Amino acid sequence: MDPTAKYISQKISRTRWRPVPAGLLQQPEVFAAGSWDNESNRVSIWSLGDNDSDTDGEFDEEPRLLCDSEHDGDVMDLQALSLAHVWERAHRYSCDNAPCTAVVCRSPELVSVGEDGRVILYKADQTEVVRVIENADSSTIHAVTFLRTTEVLTVNSIGQLKMWDFRQQSDSPAQILSLTGDRVPLHCVDKHPNQQHIVATGGQDGMLCIWDVRQGNTPFSLIEAHSAEMWEVHFHPSNPNHLFTCSEDGSLLHWETTSGSDMSTLLQRGWNSRVVSHSGVPLAGEDDSVVSSWLAGDSSKNRLEATHMLPSQTLSVNSLDVLEQCLVCGTDGEAVYVHRQLPV
Amino acid sequence: MEEVDVEPSTTVTKHLGFEWGPGDLLVYETNYKLQGPRSASSPSVHVVRRDEDICSPILRKLFNESHLIFVGLQKIKEDVPSKNKKSQFVSISKNYRSVIRACMEELQQNAGKPSQYGDQVSILLAIELIWNLCEVLFIDAAPAGSLLLHLLDWVRLHKSDVDTRAREVLQSDSPAQHQSYWDVPAGTQTLTEFDVKWRHWHEECDRCLQDNTFASNRHLETICKILVGDEDTLLEQRELLSTWYHFLVTRLLFTHPTIKPPDLHYYAQSSMNMFLGPRASPEPLDIILLSAFEFDLHQVIKDCSIALNNWWFVAHLTDLLDHCKLLQSHNLQCVSHIRSSYLSYMHVCVSLWQLAVDYFDHCPEFGRVYLELQIERVPLDTERKAIKVLRICEDRQMSEQVRSICKIMAKRALRNNRLGSALSWSIRAKDAAFATLISERFLQDYSNKGFFTDLDLLDNLGPAMLLSDRLTFLGKYREFHRLYGEKRFSEAARLLLSLMTAKIAPRSLWMTLLTDALPLLEQKEVIFSVDQTYELMSCLEDCFSSVFQDEDIESTKTELLRLALARNLAMAIVKEGTIET
Repeated sequence: MDPTAKYISQKISRTRWRPVPAGLLQQPEVFAAGSWDNESNRVSIWSLGDNDSDTDGEFDEEPRLLCDSEHDGDVMDLQALSLAHVWERAHRYSCDNAPCTAVVCRSPELVSVGEDGRVILYKADQTEVVRVIENADSSTIHAVTFLRTTEVLTVNSIGQLKMWDFRQQSDSPAQILSLTGDRVPLHCVDKHPNQQHIVATGGQDGMLCIWDVRQGNTPFSLIEAHSAEMWEVHFHPSNPNHLFTCSEDGSLLHWETTSGSDMSTLLQRGWNSRVVSHSGVPLAGEDDSVVSSWLAGDSSKNRLEATHMLPSQTLSVNSLDVLEQCLVCGTDGEAVYVHRQLPV
Repeated sequence: MEEVDVEPSTTVTKHLGFEWGPGDLLVYETNYKLQGPRSASSPSVHVVRRDEDICSPILRKLFNESHLIFVGLQKIKEDVPSKNKKSQFVSISKNYRSVIRACMEELQQNAGKPSQYGDQVSILLAIELIWNLCEVLFIDAAPAGSLLLHLLDWVRLHKSDVDTRAREVLQSDSPAQHQSYWDVPAGTQTLTEFDVKWRHWHEECDRCLQDNTFASNRHLETICKILVGDEDTLLEQRELLSTWYHFLVTRLLFTHPTIKPPDLHYYAQSSMNMFLGPRASPEPLDIILLSAFEFDLHQVIKDCSIALNNWWFVAHLTDLLDHCKLLQSHNLQCVSHIRSSYLSYMHVCVSLWQLAVDYFDHCPEFGRVYLELQIERVPLDTERKAIKVLRICEDRQMSEQVRSICKIMAKRALRNNRLGSALSWSIRAKDAAFATLISERFLQDYSNKGFFTDLDLLDNLGPAMLLSDRLTFLGKYREFHRLYGEKRFSEAARLLLSLMTAKIAPRSLWMTLLTDALPLLEQKEVIFSVDQTYELMSCLEDCFSSVFQDEDIESTKTELLRLALARNLAMAIVKEGTIET
């Protein structure tokens, strides 16, 4: 089933589902989208209408705009929170404001990172910033994620992952991991929902790396996922055998294991990965299959398959979010794609 | 700093200067005043722009959706047989048209007052009309039998309400006769068969008329006259027909249903003349349609460019026609010009720079040059935007632009004291010179402060170290300090020596390096071997001979070093000369 496209007349930098209360088994209906590169940028909230489908299970509803508001500068990241606050000049250079590149929240705490190399901790109900780690990084920090309640992991533009523990007083990272080869900038990071030591990152060269933060300085596995920068990587929150990545090359890939074993054992043992296009028809200009095998492994048993989720090559897909069976993503072609029947 | 004034508040009393921009006009007040005293002029510069819709959200959808279709069209492979290609082109044409129609509908729905988008809507209507006709005549290139069917559909689509009424009038009175008529052009018969049957039917109608069968009923008689194709009767129904091309198609339907494409223009010209009458002059739209009926594609495009003032339409239509190989070679320059006009039109809305790139790629002559100029002027507000611009340049092997963008970003990072960012940009551009600059900065910091900053970067340089000599030195020097801190003295000593002998250390730092060797020389155990000590000595002498200023400070240090080296040499000789028992 193809995703529905909606052109919203602004380039989309981030889309996020509004979280659905756990245990209700509902499909998410409301998502937020932030724009960038406009003279006046906006954060807009969209609703997908009711959940009723007709008899053949087709969802025809296009997203409807619920409300939107203006935003100074590009919208770099969105997270859902119950209170609203503005922390001015949190990220800055000595004479100018610095772009904040990412925000992550685990209520009530928020962590933000920026191009000025600072890691800042806030509490949602406090005006004052709780803690600032100055000079956390000499290069730009592109993304951040919570590992545990007091630990965060950041990725930067010289290809390093750094773990920070807020319980420690010192301003130096608890651990630094990086690739042994070229220091390729990393743009996104996501943690496995159940196993906190497994982390996926994506970088400038489109490689998807899976790391075990407990052991070693090198990633488990490297997969050639995309031909350009990977902007976001997400494990599916309730079914971690599925992974989603989106990239500057205009594709959104859905990775799933096709064998019986779960993702973590698969990652340890290695696999053959194969990329198929969504409709079965090869997209213009791509090979029909990309087979790459990493590590020794029983290649016949363990397979990781990737499918293109978008019908044709669009401009860069900047952001994606998955919740339950719904996927939303936004592109530089000013379109939002919503897929409501993910095969997860 | 931008304010949009619908009515500018300043009253201008001075002379204005102006300068043409890509789609707008730059106006400024000059100091020149014909009479009266000179006074200070307002410092602001006004940008005068037509209250154009290009940035309007609805039109942006048109641009984005059509861009997707455009890119898909460019990807159609050359070696596919032409029959399949034709159906692909037709479907692409239909896609374009549905995008136009969707845009029109949305404009109509969202118009606050009826006249707000009136201009836009009527332009879009005209565009769709012309495009549809071009699709029928040129892209689909319908042959004789089905040509009229397609033209019927074309007219019906654009005058649907009129057609239903006409049909009601026609059908309500004589259903039986008309039923068979409408069923006939089903395409299952050959042209000649159909022609024969039609003529037979036509003669019957004519006979009915002559026999005055319908003389009793005026209405029926009119209908019969219409069926026969009597032009005067048709002209009487002018309000129903409303346009000359509707009249043309109706006339053809009843007189020449098997019209062949080359014969079309004769009927078109005469229909227009008949319908419009002697006094009315044809509008630009009519002229364009007439040129289309005359199969004069070049004229159609030319007139569209002038009359419609909508580069989007002309650019996309000519591109599609070019793919169908319908434009002759001398028209290619025309295509290129049109596309560049479209691009400068798009330029007004700054956010559309990414769409423009794909159009530049397919601009026949100067696309690459324009793109190179354009891409350097995209403002780089955030790193993310710079990364996107760089990706566009790298994909097209525009190495100069890559270098200059990386240099801009690196310089900015350096100014903000983000040495790691600056280094990562230099690595991307493979800019050895800038990497050297960054290393110098590090070393300067070290000399001033006495310790290294940004250790996380220096300790983890990896293969990037090899980008420039100075950077390699920096990395290795830091490693020396680390080894010393870990008390791995012999390795540290070896490294230090290699830094000096391999000549990657800058001369200015040799004294520092030698001074760093002092604590190693002063250790209780012998670290430097005899050979190593000799090498150190020669380095010292080299250094001493080339240093001219601060002789007294240097001489104290040199004395110290000479002494330490001599002692070390002595101990080393003894150690190496001793036989272990």
